[in-house]
Amino acid sequence: MAKAGDKEGSNRPALALHVPEPKYRPGDKVDFSHIQVPEAGAAPRPDEACEAKETYPLCDDLIRVLGDDDKAHGPWDPRLDADTLRRMLREMALTRAFDTRMYRAQRQGKTSFYMKCTGEEATSVCATHALAGDDMIFPSYRQQGCLIARGYEPEEMINQIYSNKADKLKGRQLPIMYCSKRLSFFTISGNLATQLPQATGFAMASASKGDSRIAATWVGEGSTAEGDFHSALTFATVYNAPVIFNVINNQWAISSFSGFAGAERATFAARAIGYGMAGLRVDGNDPLAVYAAERWAADRARANGGPTLIEHFTYRAEGHSTSDDPSAYRSAEERDEWPMGDPVMRLKNHLIALGEWSEEQQAKQDAELDTMVKQAQKDAEKNGILGHGLHHPFHTMFEDVFEDLPWHLQEQADQAIREREIKFPEGLKK
Amino acid sequence: MSEAIEHDLQADTGIGPSEDAGEVKHMNMIEAINSALDVMLDRDDNVTLLGEDIGYFGGVFRCTAGLQEKYGKTRVFDTPISECGIIGVAVGMGAYGLRPVPEIQFADYIYPGLDQLISEAARLRYRSAGEFIAPMTVRSPFGGGIFGGQTHSQSPEAIFTHVSGLKTVIPATPYDAKGLLISCIEDNDPTIFFEPKRIYNGPFDGFYDKPAKSWKGRDDAQVPEGYYKIPLGKARQVTEGDQLTILTYGTMVHVAQAVCEEKGVEAEILDLRTLVPLDIEAIEASVERTGRCLIVHEATRTSGFGAELSALVTERCFYHLEAAVERVTGFDTPYPHSLEWAYFPGPVRIGEAIDKILAE
Repeated sequence: MAKAGDKEGSNRPALALHVPEPKYRPGDKVDFSHIQVPEAGAAPRPDEACEAKETYPLCDDLIRVLGDDDKAHGPWDPRLDADTLRRMLREMALTRAFDTRMYRAQRQGKTSFYMKCTGEEATSVCATHALAGDDMIFPSYRQQGCLIARGYEPEEMINQIYSNKADKLKGRQLPIMYCSKRLSFFTISGNLATQLPQATGFAMASASKGDSRIAATWVGEGSTAEGDFHSALTFATVYNAPVIFNVINNQWAISSFSGFAGAERATFAARAIGYGMAGLRVDGNDPLAVYAAERWAADRARANGGPTLIEHFTYRAEGHSTSDDPSAYRSAEERDEWPMGDPVMRLKNHLIALGEWSEEQQAKQDAELDTMVKQAQKDAEKNGILGHGLHHPFHTMFEDVFEDLPWHLQEQADQAIREREIKFPEGLKK
Repeated sequence: MSEAIEHDLQADTGIGPSEDAGEVKHMNMIEAINSALDVMLDRDDNVTLLGEDIGYFGGVFRCTAGLQEKYGKTRVFDTPISECGIIGVAVGMGAYGLRPVPEIQFADYIYPGLDQLISEAARLRYRSAGEFIAPMTVRSPFGGGIFGGQTHSQSPEAIFTHVSGLKTVIPATPYDAKGLLISCIEDNDPTIFFEPKRIYNGPFDGFYDKPAKSWKGRDDAQVPEGYYKIPLGKARQVTEGDQLTILTYGTMVHVAQAVCEEKGVEAEILDLRTLVPLDIEAIEASVERTGRCLIVHEATRTSGFGAELSALVTERCFYHLEAAVERVTGFDTPYPHSLEWAYFPGPVRIGEAIDKILAE
């Protein structure tokens, strides 16, 4: 009998380890013709009350509403009025303007870190519009669009990004890790996928209390590899929890392409099948399709139909964060070659096709939003920028570790103040 | 706090029925924990119990027996086998406004839930500047002496005391178990409540070769049926003595006490009850009086909570010390099965340390 490590005398074939490799690296010519882009309006729309398995063909499909003719097609057309469409367009454009300015602020040294969501605006803004205002959002770190869609003031966001003295989070969190209980927007972690079981727990609590609020959570495709994802889906299906899992498949997790989360074998929507929950796969750059899918899942959850997993198929047009340089690992052509286009342009063109909008109005709105963000930035800078002394008082560092300050933290707080007095015997300069 | 029995270190040894707290009954630690959960489920609709096998079956140690039948399946329910899920879901329930009491069936299984405990539950209040809190109490049986092998015997308390934002509580008697557990459930911060499973049914004194004792007839197993609290952060003086101070908790309280009785040593034994927040005043007062300090815990030695206690005593009581602070602990090995009693910090190890301290 052959022993372990004994290659002689064995006719068994040699095994080979597969390590995924993205199609294109820096400098490569990009051809996305292998990506299936179904006709807008082609995907069937099952009833919200259907058996989960009726959605399974959609897990391998791609729900699209806006066609190349800029018109809405098929059963997933949410038939939104023009005011709602204009509002979603405005909020997506505001998100983009905000990202542009904050990216620059980081480069100017006003803060340590920023993350843009360019190209993914629909997956947060339009999904949020499909929820009720008090449904609880458990975001990941690229969902600034959810906050903007709920009307959070840009100045408050910038105060947080600058960790200044007006930052409601007291300068404790990395920039963009927002939190707003008032807007039912849960505190962003930074540890990946932890929000998924939490969203499930919130939804379970709401159901156990006979409430009508549901939970919606967002996660990148890369983070679906975390155990939390599977724990969350298991709990959600076991207790039929009213929760929506939005998987934002933007193709890249920092430098790791979606293949490192299993995309070479199955879609992310198909994860739903193993759990027996509803699954949808949607063109994440199609604002109407995103709204329609999220609304379908929200209506289903609210009617005690249980959880839905939605894969938003999109593209991360910019780097992971200001600390990342995507030109080091992917082809610069990818962004322009992405076959699903740009969500802001698609909604704008749709409104124009409807006769409800014009290029002039768009240009005017862009200028207005730019001015508004600039003003918010100026106002926030009065409260300080990172590292320029206008932070929260020293002792706040020791608050909120516990509800009450225990003796050991009191002693450490005293020490911190003593250290400051040693360093600045004359007191702090004004 | 008119309904609660407040205990202070000097007042008594943690035993004292009160008229407000209802009839006093004999209870072992399992019954006392069950009673605490029963009282809190009854008082507060937001208290929700979840964990593996805790519902219909009532828990592998019976701590939740009868509670699902009494309060219904949405208040007391079984979960998938996923500690990450159990803790993560409890964080979300807390964000909604519930007061979850998840059970981790054995402390040895808590590790898949660590990210949710350390990065989430413990940090929620801080990172949201108080907007969201995690008022959960994680109950979990811990410790060895039951032939549980390495996966049913561990004492991982120091992993949690190292985390800012968590409270760690360990009872040593049925009376304390109920009063401390109620305090934990009402606390607005996440609390780890480790139940020393070796003393669920009786105060194990470390003499494994002698007949097992039960809680029967003991004052510290006389437990009011109603609501009472023992405040977190207050140690309990178990015995008076001026030869040395022994700092300990959980099962080892009883082992240390038995060794002192056998040796005729007059030790002041402090049952710490809460490791974080720690009753530093009681520790300082006692060590300053006796001048000698022994620390006893079952957990492994290196970076164990005894190291923290030793450092604190040395920093704060150095000029009162007549001898070096000593630690008696489990060995730095996984918890062995057949050699359990060679691992366990029993009477011989404690006796030797006492002799050494008193000889200096």
